[in-house]
Amino acid sequence: MLSRREMVAAMAAAAGAFALPTQARAAEASRDVTAARMARGVGAAYEPKVYTKHEWETVRVLVDYIIPKDDRSGSATDAAVPEFMDTMLHLEPGMRVAHRGGIAWLDHECLRRFSKDFVSASDAERKLVLDDIAFPRTAKPEFSHGVAWFNSFRDFTATGFFTSEIGVGDLGYVGNTPVADWTGCTPEAYRRLGV
Amino acid sequence: MPIFKRRDVYDVVIVGSGAGGGMAAHELTKAGARVLLLEAGGMWDNSKDSSMLAWPWETDRRGGSTPERPFGEHDACIGGWNIPGEPFTTAPGSRFSWWRGRMLGGRTNHWGRISLRFGPDDFQRKSIDGLGDNWPITYDEIKPYYDEVDKLVGIFGSNEGLRNHPDGHFLPAPAPRCWERLVKKAADRHAVTCIPSRLSILTRPVNGRPACHYCGQCNRGCATNSNFSSPNVLIYPAQQTGRLTIRTDAMVREVSVGKNGLADGVLYIDKITGQEERVDARVVVLAASACESARIMLNSKSSAFPQGIGNSSGVVGKYLTDTTGTDVGGFIPALMDQPRHNCDGVGGAHLYMPWWVDNKKLDFPRGYHIEIWGGLGMPGYGFMGGIHNYPPGGGYGASLKNDYRKYWGATIGFSGRGEMIPNADSYCEIDPRMVDQWGIPVLRFSWKWSDHEHLQVKHMQETFRTLLAEMGAEVRSTMPTRESGYGIATGGSIIHELGTVRMGNDPKTSALDSNCTAWDCKNLFVADGGPFVSQADKNPTWTILALSMRTSRHIAAQRKAGKL
Repeated sequence: MLSRREMVAAMAAAAGAFALPTQARAAEASRDVTAARMARGVGAAYEPKVYTKHEWETVRVLVDYIIPKDDRSGSATDAAVPEFMDTMLHLEPGMRVAHRGGIAWLDHECLRRFSKDFVSASDAERKLVLDDIAFPRTAKPEFSHGVAWFNSFRDFTATGFFTSEIGVGDLGYVGNTPVADWTGCTPEAYRRLGV
Repeated sequence: MPIFKRRDVYDVVIVGSGAGGGMAAHELTKAGARVLLLEAGGMWDNSKDSSMLAWPWETDRRGGSTPERPFGEHDACIGGWNIPGEPFTTAPGSRFSWWRGRMLGGRTNHWGRISLRFGPDDFQRKSIDGLGDNWPITYDEIKPYYDEVDKLVGIFGSNEGLRNHPDGHFLPAPAPRCWERLVKKAADRHAVTCIPSRLSILTRPVNGRPACHYCGQCNRGCATNSNFSSPNVLIYPAQQTGRLTIRTDAMVREVSVGKNGLADGVLYIDKITGQEERVDARVVVLAASACESARIMLNSKSSAFPQGIGNSSGVVGKYLTDTTGTDVGGFIPALMDQPRHNCDGVGGAHLYMPWWVDNKKLDFPRGYHIEIWGGLGMPGYGFMGGIHNYPPGGGYGASLKNDYRKYWGATIGFSGRGEMIPNADSYCEIDPRMVDQWGIPVLRFSWKWSDHEHLQVKHMQETFRTLLAEMGAEVRSTMPTRESGYGIATGGSIIHELGTVRMGNDPKTSALDSNCTAWDCKNLFVADGGPFVSQADKNPTWTILALSMRTSRHIAAQRKAGKL
């Protein structure tokens, strides 16, 4: 695949005569990025800039409860979501209090119920807590702080995952590429909507 | 601090490099003038500085906003709602937002390219409904300039024969996307006019610029210059005449006045050195944006102009308007699990709805147009935020992961953009106490919507909810109440400030004559949104370009006749 710079340069040179690849990558993205990550040693070598060691462990467990690996693509940690979150917190100090405070809330809740923090709790125990905060419409009022935090943590996880190469490939987004002649959406897309 | 006087005397100095300033530079250099263009921000060249085609994972922020790019790190406009060191204030009880571009080309670098001519009625509204004022010019007088702008800059659209939405010299419009056809079907059922958009994006090559490649990222600055921005379409071509000098990081404080009562140049602060600099010129064109040009005029006080240059009428800063706005979106079940396809298209909607109702049948006097949004867009920061608002109501794990796939691209939204009528409570003036970091007194804004705007926005809300219901949408927001202003956007936030230096036929009630010459100073001109007498149910940029071209031709003719 051409890099963006190469693509822009090629376009400038061609000035309208497009001979560039269009939608080559969706299915391959996951494999490519995994190979690249292994080559770079991402995950193993990353040193958090903001998270404490315990927060880092907690986030790495939690994001994979939100977006796990399945038969189509990898998990949130495969897509380096914790690294993305730590980097954003580093860039935007204003995000830190609510984000980290919510992680602390999660530990308090687990300690209160199970005398264990979230990371130490069992899979079943973790899910008991998540079930109480993951569905805002039916959540009990006493969980309102956990609900508000989890809404934003889930959104943040989704941004990290679906803006990664794995996530974009998972969605099957096939744009962001030069199109020589726009002829509209595919016939199938129109047909399905009856338009 | 000493004032370093430069010896060059330019034929024309232009303050501001957006649509108005860029066009003035283009036209005046073409006519043989030696021109100095001053810009308060830095240089920008799309062919080098654009981040077109960058993937979200290539940057730490995944496209999210930065302090100097509030619309996202790839957005091509450097500046924003708040600029460090350059504050403004609001009067007690007023709210106002002011987006300023600080870069060559200003806000044309990221604008929506919605390029609508004002129609015949839009120049004569007072004659129709008795409100506001008529322009001193008619559609027929500005039409030749619209025609030239169409051909010089390039625009796609369709000739529809709609009386107050004039036809133009359009390149072919791109085919509507699938979700846009769904919108059109609903609009047709409710007799809402829905036609191809009119955007200054090339669907065919124009003047050496290649056609669009449909990546949908016009706001990032087009690396192939296939859409309109002031630097790459007007300023760099003007530079090729050899008669244009560009000076960036030049924050203009005031227009200076000679003993003869004419403008003789400008004083500016070089933001890099902090030094005050002076430029001598025979003609001064202000195109710094409606509010910034008004600020410069009000700050240009002298014995000849105690109320600020060109302000003997006292109208400079008055009659400030913005476009009205409100938005409603909804989840469309028919769009779930869409077959994947590239629906990027151009960087904007392929269809829109021009104003379609006769206001005599309504309880508000002026209209609006509708912009639409949706589609399987490239994921970026904030991707599908609020997933818990979709039917499953949140969750986590494998089912949540599937929800993102299922609901991606299943939202359609409507944004109304309507005409505000100038009122006595909406204006800008010099704040009596505060100066910016360059020592320049800042603007203070007063703002009030009237019932004209509130009732119009109520109509938008009702229309959008009707169209969404027609498409089977689930809309989670409730109809806003009268107390909440029916969801009207904050003044200034649609970024169409106009009217602060208005033109007219009477020097007592206007600052500029029908050629945008200051009544009080025959070599001072305004070529941005300031001269507008009224808004319209249309975006202003195409009219700024046409007016600036017309004013520039007038300046060139006056120079040729030896009158300047």
